[in-house]
Amino acid sequence: MNAYNFAYLDEQTKRMIRRAILKGLAIPGYQVPFASREMPMPYGWGTGGVQVSAAVLTPEDTFKVIDQGADDTTNAVSIRSFFQRTAGVATTTATRDATVIQTRHRIPEEALGEGQILVYQVPIPEPLRFLEPRESETRKMHSLEEYGLMHVKLYEDISRHGHIATSYAYPVKVEGRYVMDPSPIPKFDNPKLGDMAAIQLFGAGREQRIYALPPYTQVVSLDFEDHPFEATKADHPCGMCGAQDSYLDELIIDDAGGRMFVCSDTDYCEARQAAGHKGKDAA
Amino acid sequence: MQADTLSGGFADPSIGSSHAFRAVMEAMARPGTVQEISGAVPPAPLSPAAGTVLLTLCDTETPVYLAGAADCEALRVWLAFHTGAPLVGPAECMFAVGTWDALVPLSSYPVGTSQYPDRSATLIVERPDLSATGAALTGPGIKDQAALSLPEVAAFQSNHALFPLGLDFIFTSGDCVAALPRTTKVS
Ligand SMILES: [Zn+2]
Repeated sequence: MNAYNFAYLDEQTKRMIRRAILKGLAIPGYQVPFASREMPMPYGWGTGGVQVSAAVLTPEDTFKVIDQGADDTTNAVSIRSFFQRTAGVATTTATRDATVIQTRHRIPEEALGEGQILVYQVPIPEPLRFLEPRESETRKMHSLEEYGLMHVKLYEDISRHGHIATSYAYPVKVEGRYVMDPSPIPKFDNPKLGDMAAIQLFGAGREQRIYALPPYTQVVSLDFEDHPFEATKADHPCGMCGAQDSYLDELIIDDAGGRMFVCSDTDYCEARQAAGHKGKDAA
Repeated sequence: MQADTLSGGFADPSIGSSHAFRAVMEAMARPGTVQEISGAVPPAPLSPAAGTVLLTLCDTETPVYLAGAADCEALRVWLAFHTGAPLVGPAECMFAVGTWDALVPLSSYPVGTSQYPDRSATLIVERPDLSATGAALTGPGIKDQAALSLPEVAAFQSNHALFPLGLDFIFTSGDCVAALPRTTKVS
């Protein structure tokens, strides 16, 4: 006997999660309830994503974990080593080498392919929660496609700020039916959700929900004719690799308040630098 | 108890079911693709693929309907031993398994409710063969268009019209598996 079950979870729990994943794929954007298990890490550490990863991993997989785009945060490192130990999987930081990628708050810059699965850690799966705290009511709203309030909330943004100020967890509509929370990714990443070649799975541990986007699914960010959706980012090139097209973090680099903008996707940035691309702040 | 009953499970349930699930998930996520699946060896008349799907997804929490020739003593005992799944009629099942002729009419199965469309049956349909030819498929999971050798077309069109309610289908033959979720448009 091993000290652990393969990928930590017992077989009955994995079967329950696997059934939820299949129903999620069959009803894109709909939140499937599941009985979340205690994991040996706190809820804020993505226990929903961890349970989904545990249910899909095979020993032959190569696993990558990113936290806000970075592979080297405490959270990413500990989830990666958790599955290295409990599932014996190979791990990588290279997006293109990974077969399963667990992520918190980003979609990799490099386009994902058909052999890949992207698992999102989701804190609040219900896009209507801030409008309506009661689960019984939001469930009814989804069943009746009552999404008018959601548009009202976005429109309030416009009247207050002159534009839609929501910049993370920007709501999307899937295949013209369910409004879905894409997890707190920047809205810059929203256009990558649709027509992606990879399978996308979303796990919320505390809220006990799993949802999914099959490959090549139509995903539209909510907007208005006079205020179309914009995938915005800081208007700078990356200081390290010079990329014009990547999502950037703003870093304070010295005591004098000096700043630089650098790719949030560390693998993307490092690969570009290794290929000879250089930004204005690179040594 | 016969030797048949005790044998035919996964050699290593944890690893075997992880591989089998990935095949089923790829099939469900990419309608029209045919995946290899193996691990279980069920008694006749079930195919290894159908037996493997049952062992991967079923347990005491999932009522199963054995349709037609699948409802035989050897299979009942085998499924009970390996999964503990309760056997029920079509109206109460979460999974059903059998040939297309034995499974129809589709109106017998739960299609979910407007608030819980996931509470719908998944039908495991045994086929003489499976190939990416025949009926044209479009919808989520399919880049432009795909094809799959379906037993008929009209029943899947009516099922698709129920969306977001509806049944989901897993097709099995030998050691191959394919799938058709309710989202797929068939023509
Ligand atoms: Zn960069």
